[in-house]
Amino acid sequence: MKKLLLALATTTAVLGFASAASAQEKAKICFVYVGSKTDGGWTQAHDIGRQQVEKELGDKVETQFLENVPEGPDAERAIERLARSGCGLIYTTSFGFMDATIKIAQKFPDVKFEHATGYKTAPNVATYNSRFYEGRYIQGQIAAKMSQKGVAGYIASFPIPEVVMGINAFVIGARSVNPEFKIKVVWANTWFDPGKEADAAKALIDQGVDILTQHTDTTAPMQVAAERGIKAFGQASDMIAAGPKTQLTAIVDTWGAYYVKRTQAFLDGKWETTSSWDGLKDGILTMAPYTNMPDDVKAMAEATEAKIKSGELKPFTGPLNKQDGTAWLKEGESSDDATLLGMNFYVEGVDDKLPQ
Amino acid sequence: MRIELEKRPKVSALYSILSPFIAFALTIVFGGIMFALLGKNPVAALYSFFVEPLSEVWSLHELAIKAAPLILIGVGLSVCFRSNNWNIGAEGQFIMGAIAGSIFPVVFYEWQSPLMLPLMLLLGMVGGALFAAIPAFLKAHMNTNEILTSLMLVYVAQLFLDWLVRGPWRNPQGMNFPETRSFGVDAILPEMLASGRTHWGFAFAILAALAVWFMMRYTLRGFEITVLGQSERAGRFAGFSSRKMIWFSMLFSGALAGLAGISEVSGAIQQLRPVISPGYGFTAIIVAFLGRLNPLGIIAAGLVLALTYLGGEAAQLSIGVSDKVTRVFQGLLLFFVLSCDTLIHYRIRLVRERFAALKTDEAH
Repeated sequence: MKKLLLALATTTAVLGFASAASAQEKAKICFVYVGSKTDGGWTQAHDIGRQQVEKELGDKVETQFLENVPEGPDAERAIERLARSGCGLIYTTSFGFMDATIKIAQKFPDVKFEHATGYKTAPNVATYNSRFYEGRYIQGQIAAKMSQKGVAGYIASFPIPEVVMGINAFVIGARSVNPEFKIKVVWANTWFDPGKEADAAKALIDQGVDILTQHTDTTAPMQVAAERGIKAFGQASDMIAAGPKTQLTAIVDTWGAYYVKRTQAFLDGKWETTSSWDGLKDGILTMAPYTNMPDDVKAMAEATEAKIKSGELKPFTGPLNKQDGTAWLKEGESSDDATLLGMNFYVEGVDDKLPQ
Repeated sequence: MRIELEKRPKVSALYSILSPFIAFALTIVFGGIMFALLGKNPVAALYSFFVEPLSEVWSLHELAIKAAPLILIGVGLSVCFRSNNWNIGAEGQFIMGAIAGSIFPVVFYEWQSPLMLPLMLLLGMVGGALFAAIPAFLKAHMNTNEILTSLMLVYVAQLFLDWLVRGPWRNPQGMNFPETRSFGVDAILPEMLASGRTHWGFAFAILAALAVWFMMRYTLRGFEITVLGQSERAGRFAGFSSRKMIWFSMLFSGALAGLAGISEVSGAIQQLRPVISPGYGFTAIIVAFLGRLNPLGIIAAGLVLALTYLGGEAAQLSIGVSDKVTRVFQGLLLFFVLSCDTLIHYRIRLVRERFAALKTDEAH
């Protein structure tokens, strides 16, 4: 009973505060970052999105953020602090914030939450993610055209579905150009560690790959590729500065479009919970300029990008086999999203054993 | 010219008491200057660091949650450090305690019983103690350096946890994400008070601190720890065994670290993840020394350190400083506290370099 009363009191207090706030001042839109906002990768991409919200809706909203928030109990506290300080809409930008977001959302039913890359929703919790794999498919096609040896190196972070999905999309793209194409994978077991990522890059190049791609956040692999004179792809942010003669293209996370759209809906009172999974056509990811490649490869990449945007091409479309040669998708059959979001198997052409 | 630290013949009782306050004042002055240089209002900054987190009930609860593992581990370490055994691997023992304590809620998740929690806590302590037994054995019987072995075992524990949650203990319903099942109701350490989230882990921390304080002050065991720590030879004459002390102090600190681990997992996280500690085992070393290895001092030190974490977050929001500035401020505080404490025992002496003068003489 005591708890209930307290909850009621808190709710009314929050309600009172929220209505008072909207009458007098701008709505507060808040962000929780797992890393530093200048990390050059994942978190920085989210912060650029936040700045876009400030720029486009600055007369109606103000933004706040907490950075370097560790996942776990600290995240719960950070999110609660934001909810209590009068934030109306809170973006929690790491997978590991999922349970903390859900817990705090139950306590603050009048605050809206958006959680990146997770799968748990609630009436006041939406999730959003990006179809990064569409960019991976284009990268794979470019790699198959550019590689002399027909082998690319892939620096992966953790064996979660999103990363496995990226590896598979890359291989499928590459094999659509060169059916013999292979990739080697190194698991760095980190999102952000320049030393480990550089070591992984060196190991892969020593094993004879002549194209490098990464699903980790620093520019270290790009720099190693530049030193060794091979080509590479950037990740999360445009990494052209780290390899002006090396980067072929990069998958650039452009969350800003989504943030502006959802914040606008919130301001209009039309915010509803969703599980959004946007792709190239929605502008939530963009390809950095296609550089350091012949014109015909560039033309192919642009054509593929256009086809993905128009919906004509879906990367996970059969005929496709799993790594062990068993059939997965029949001719013309496309994978459903649920399979992709829980992906824990490789397709044919990956020279690695998936850590289980 | 050279600067030397010279041991003071007598330690001033007055300054021993005043030292933390002087340090605090210095932090406020220099922190204020730093905030002013950054163009922030120093008063508002200091307010959000030290007062804001204490001004609301929910925030006090968060303070207790953050301080609990620091105090619990720090108290165990103080026994170790006092007996001249250097267990640097509390982080690993924390993790192994959490793993051992999670066996029942993860593997036998269908079993429901009021015995669940006591069993988990017990296994947590056993797990931490067993993991600390490795460096204890190596030191007691092979004369290895426990600083090195206990530290390196931290990485073993971290990687073992990582392997478990990605492999055999991964939640079958968890979409392949690296985490275990969520704990059942029986396996969750309940909240202590109706007003907020503080779980019983905080009570364990305070009880452990009081018990160790009593042990150090009033029991033969406490005397043994102090004597062996100050002079092993003198301890031997008194009939104390330094080998047994290695075992006792390492297992004791390991058990408390393990208890902190399972309390944190059961009370706050409620499942295992690849990372369950933002470095509590290492921060607790700072807490132990900040509290001058005195259990009651460690309670205060744990709360102060937790306060700077919370204050750092509050300052990020209310005055808009970056996370890095709040870390610098935390560093300032630790620096002043530890240097003031050093100056109680030592004084600074400037020594004129005579060597250089001699050399020029020889040249003539």
